[in-house]
Amino acid sequence: MEHIRTPKVEQVKLLDRFSNKSVIGTLHLTATHLIFVESNSTSILHHHIASVEKLSLTTSGCPLLIQCRNFRLVHFVIPRERDCHDIYSSLLRLLRPVSYDELYAFSYNPKQNDQQREEGWQLIDLAAEFERMGVPCDQWQLTDVNREYKVCETYPRDLYVPITASKPIIVGSSKFRSKGRFPVLTYFYQEKKAAVCRCSQPLSGFSARCLEDEHMLQAISKSNHNSRYIYVMDTRPKLNALANRAAGKGYENEDNYSNIRFQFVGIENIHVMRGSLQKLLEVVGTRSLSMTDYLVGLENSGWLRHIKAIMDAAIFLAKAVTVEGASVLVHCSDGWDRTAQVCALGSLLMDPYYRTIKGFMVLIEKDWISFGHKFADRCDQLDPDPKEVSPIFTQFLECVWQLTEQFPQAFEFSEWFLIQIHEHVHSCQFGNFLGNSQRQREVLQLKERTYSLWAHLLSEKQNYLNPVYSPSFAESHPVLEPSTQACHFKFWRNMYHQYDRSMHPRQSILKQVLTFKESNRELEGTVQALKTLWICVLQYHQVSPEASGDVEDEEVFGEEAREDAPASTDGERTVEGSSATENGYGELTGSFGSKNEPAVVTLEFGVARMTC
Amino acid sequence: MELSEHIKTANVEDVTLRRPFHPALRGTLCVTSHHLLFSDRKDEASWQLLILLKNIDAIEKSVENLFGYPRAMGSSGTITIKCKDLLVLQLEIPGMEECLNIASSIEALSSLESVTEMYPFFYRPSHLTLNGPWGLSSTEQYYKQTERLWDRWRVSTVNSDYSVCPSYPSAVIVPREVDDDKLIRSARFRQGGRFPVLSYCHHRNGMVIMRSSQPLTGANKKRCKEDELLLQAVIDGSELGYIIDLRSAQQAQQARMTGGGFESKSFYSHWKRIHRHHERGKIVQESLIKLVEACSDPSHSVDRWLSKLENSKWLSHVHSALSTAGLVVECVERDGHSVLVHGSEGTDNTLLVSSLAQLILDPASRTVTGFLCLLEREWIQAGHPFQQRCAHSAYSHARLKQECPIFLLLLDCVWQVWRQFPLALEFSEALLLRLAQEVYASNYGTFLCNSEQERCAAGVKENTHCLFQSLLRPDIEEQYLNPLYEPTDLAIWPSVHPQSLQLWTGLFLRWTEYAQNMEEAREEVWSIVKEHHEQAGPDRTNNTLSTHCDTLTPFENLMDELTIL
Repeated sequence: MEHIRTPKVEQVKLLDRFSNKSVIGTLHLTATHLIFVESNSTSILHHHIASVEKLSLTTSGCPLLIQCRNFRLVHFVIPRERDCHDIYSSLLRLLRPVSYDELYAFSYNPKQNDQQREEGWQLIDLAAEFERMGVPCDQWQLTDVNREYKVCETYPRDLYVPITASKPIIVGSSKFRSKGRFPVLTYFYQEKKAAVCRCSQPLSGFSARCLEDEHMLQAISKSNHNSRYIYVMDTRPKLNALANRAAGKGYENEDNYSNIRFQFVGIENIHVMRGSLQKLLEVVGTRSLSMTDYLVGLENSGWLRHIKAIMDAAIFLAKAVTVEGASVLVHCSDGWDRTAQVCALGSLLMDPYYRTIKGFMVLIEKDWISFGHKFADRCDQLDPDPKEVSPIFTQFLECVWQLTEQFPQAFEFSEWFLIQIHEHVHSCQFGNFLGNSQRQREVLQLKERTYSLWAHLLSEKQNYLNPVYSPSFAESHPVLEPSTQACHFKFWRNMYHQYDRSMHPRQSILKQVLTFKESNRELEGTVQALKTLWICVLQYHQVSPEASGDVEDEEVFGEEAREDAPASTDGERTVEGSSATENGYGELTGSFGSKNEPAVVTLEFGVARMTC
Repeated sequence: MELSEHIKTANVEDVTLRRPFHPALRGTLCVTSHHLLFSDRKDEASWQLLILLKNIDAIEKSVENLFGYPRAMGSSGTITIKCKDLLVLQLEIPGMEECLNIASSIEALSSLESVTEMYPFFYRPSHLTLNGPWGLSSTEQYYKQTERLWDRWRVSTVNSDYSVCPSYPSAVIVPREVDDDKLIRSARFRQGGRFPVLSYCHHRNGMVIMRSSQPLTGANKKRCKEDELLLQAVIDGSELGYIIDLRSAQQAQQARMTGGGFESKSFYSHWKRIHRHHERGKIVQESLIKLVEACSDPSHSVDRWLSKLENSKWLSHVHSALSTAGLVVECVERDGHSVLVHGSEGTDNTLLVSSLAQLILDPASRTVTGFLCLLEREWIQAGHPFQQRCAHSAYSHARLKQECPIFLLLLDCVWQVWRQFPLALEFSEALLLRLAQEVYASNYGTFLCNSEQERCAAGVKENTHCLFQSLLRPDIEEQYLNPLYEPTDLAIWPSVHPQSLQLWTGLFLRWTEYAQNMEEAREEVWSIVKEHHEQAGPDRTNNTLSTHCDTLTPFENLMDELTIL
């Protein structure tokens, strides 16, 4: 609290990012949120803020540009420079928490008792998940070698390895792997007894070898009788792997390992991905973007190329396992970024369970959280190193979205589930994604001190359902075989423009069908229920006959306030907030005559009026 | 020459048919005067594929002839058939001679130019009779139904013998105070005689959208008093109207050198001119060709795909069409002024913009009937030269003449509007896809010829069936309904941010597996909606909905969509 110098500023203008609209309201600064109140209210969690920028003073005030990790961009104009500076410096301090204790999760209290909190954390049980896959079994066992995090501190305690891999082999292998991340089971394809294993790169340098590591791979290979060989997928581009050899790391030499088929996949590293997203956001953030600049910018950002590379790798993995029945070992450098992407997405392609709401949570908990994807570093949670930040998890969510677009009936959840998860990966409101590893989470006592996101999401499951989900589709398509044709990779507007309302469809099929479905379920009830409903209907219509077409004035406030675009202020008769001014068909003023006359409208003051 | 004389080989056995995403089939191939017929040999479940020869855009043949071997094993040929609806088929035909014969028969019969030889003149299904009325409406009927026109507008039959404007229908709607003589003079001042006529009158404020062709001011800035009076009568005392010129200011200037021009400020003082550049003719046709080419190569990398998509410029055309339509709507609805739209000839982009603007403005044009009436009025009767524009599609190797997929562009734009307002249109994507197919090859006479006059001369109305009427038969119409339709009275302004526009996968990726998944999802939506209707009763649907909208508020803000339907 001591960081807040000015808790409230009035007469602040919020400019719309893509049109000339603006609204005036009051800005409040609290310990956890920045809140802008007008007829609607916008609240921004400090943790979501990626950067705050003070632009040069204009006649109408001092502009403050706030960029958020959930791709929201707000542009305030604050009348007095001193206020602006106060807000600016308070925010600078608030958005850089120096210790974990300052994170919102430790103060967030959804009014649940300890038992409910505990139940929330018990929702996802990874031991049960491995049991579901059929592990332990005659070939795979649980090892206690990492019980105290002694062998690998970024791995979870419970690890599954081949029966024939003895402790010395495991320990030996771990010493030959970067960060001690030796090969362990992450997914077991019961039908063919084929395993998906993950690890980090071997410390092979130019010629080093390790017998235990070779034994380890041999053991993985032997545990699958369906195939004489295993695939080793190095998800890096070959050049990167080669470069690593100079640092004493590298990749498996096929001559030293018997019966492996080695394969590079060519997914770029975290730095390239960070740069790519930055370019993408720059392009799509441009005002009055032309179609040509948009498509050229999309291409130059390389973003969709990277998404396709991840998808291609996952498809390769799924094919090797389900068609050839071969086991696959996946690694990259440290085995916590690209490896997590490929293993998780590959499993999702192979197993319909991961395409349900609960299953997807399990998948994230397993391949991302427990295996030590460095959420704190990648998502910039605490005193960050900008070089560690990268949208690796965002890419995974986007790959899943691309799949939902190709297979509209295969997923129990809609894209809003993915977007909501993305929101909370950065919000630090729940404990799940805090820290970099399981061990660190235990030290932080997250289960005792914070709440689980999964319980929260399940409690509002209704909002995330895909109305056309069909379990029978899963039966007929247990393994998804997506098309990798380039034209199927699309820009995910609802993610990267989730707060830019003027860009969204004005009506929603999803919402409508969900509504139908829900009412179908309800109408299956008694006639009495129907009658009650009717009374409601009648009353409802007496009160506000137009309410059904008008969502504009919905009051949204609080943690989950997601929609905040300024309401239409000039009372145009349009559908759900769509209007000419938002779309900017014309900028009518500039276009008269054959010469370009200067615009006669001050863009500052909202709606551009025609002046001729 | 009789059509049948083109057929050199009518029947071939043992032909193998390959289609995308289907197993190969063996069967018999027949060529008739208007169709290509393939039938599967299996007795119980015989399967047939019937393709209108007119639907075939290009045909490629490759023959392998191994000399010295007996015919049965030695020579064979493959014909690749590329259809105007973007389907690509392969036929493996035993016997080189047969293969070549089939190919040349198809080539000859698919490029017939004489209208009366075309299939609609031979199509005689048992459930339709030729005696009924043709078409959905006429100018006179439209006028009669539109009460708001009666006061200031009238129907003129000055063009009843098509002498004033060959491409206009026999009756047009013009300001009441302008007599036929003035119209004739104004027509002389406009390219092709297309003088300003009423296209739409806004139900909320009585403002109108007019359309015409360019004025023939020429290099020495000619003027035409009657044309000026006609436009003055349109705005009738109000101080302002807008002219949306679908060419850049520079192009409009250049047009003067060839006798065309634009309405100068000094003579049309109450009209503000806005120039919006729209590509036309060959350039748009080439866009389609490039786009389809990009879509049909599955080996492209993402970068190459995006660069080809950009290079085709198709989406840029969609973008400009929707933006300009939005501008027109902005003038009419928001600013309350009348608009005149024209480009050069006034038969292509002009119709595109004026009909899109109506779709955005007018709830009546968003029903199935209303939309088909709009197409009939604004495209068929208004004289879009369908025969010239749709002679070839994306695959043809023939030299381009007058081809231009402006109508396809319209359908794409309507699809974009539907994507953004999935509840506002009564029809579904299926109707747009059907129209995209029918406009290039059809059993019906609706899209034949280039104008009313030509249709009259060819006896289209007497000798063919009307597509629109057949689409409106209750059993047929049902396939084209949008299950989620909820009429709204408001203008539906589409977003024209490039991020809001998308490739129309339903059309351009129509023959892929992807389309199948979409189809299944669509059926699921239908069944949910049907269940809903059965339980709630159709008349209660809207009411119960609004309450549920109310209960769903926390989620309300997540404006969104699925790529289905």
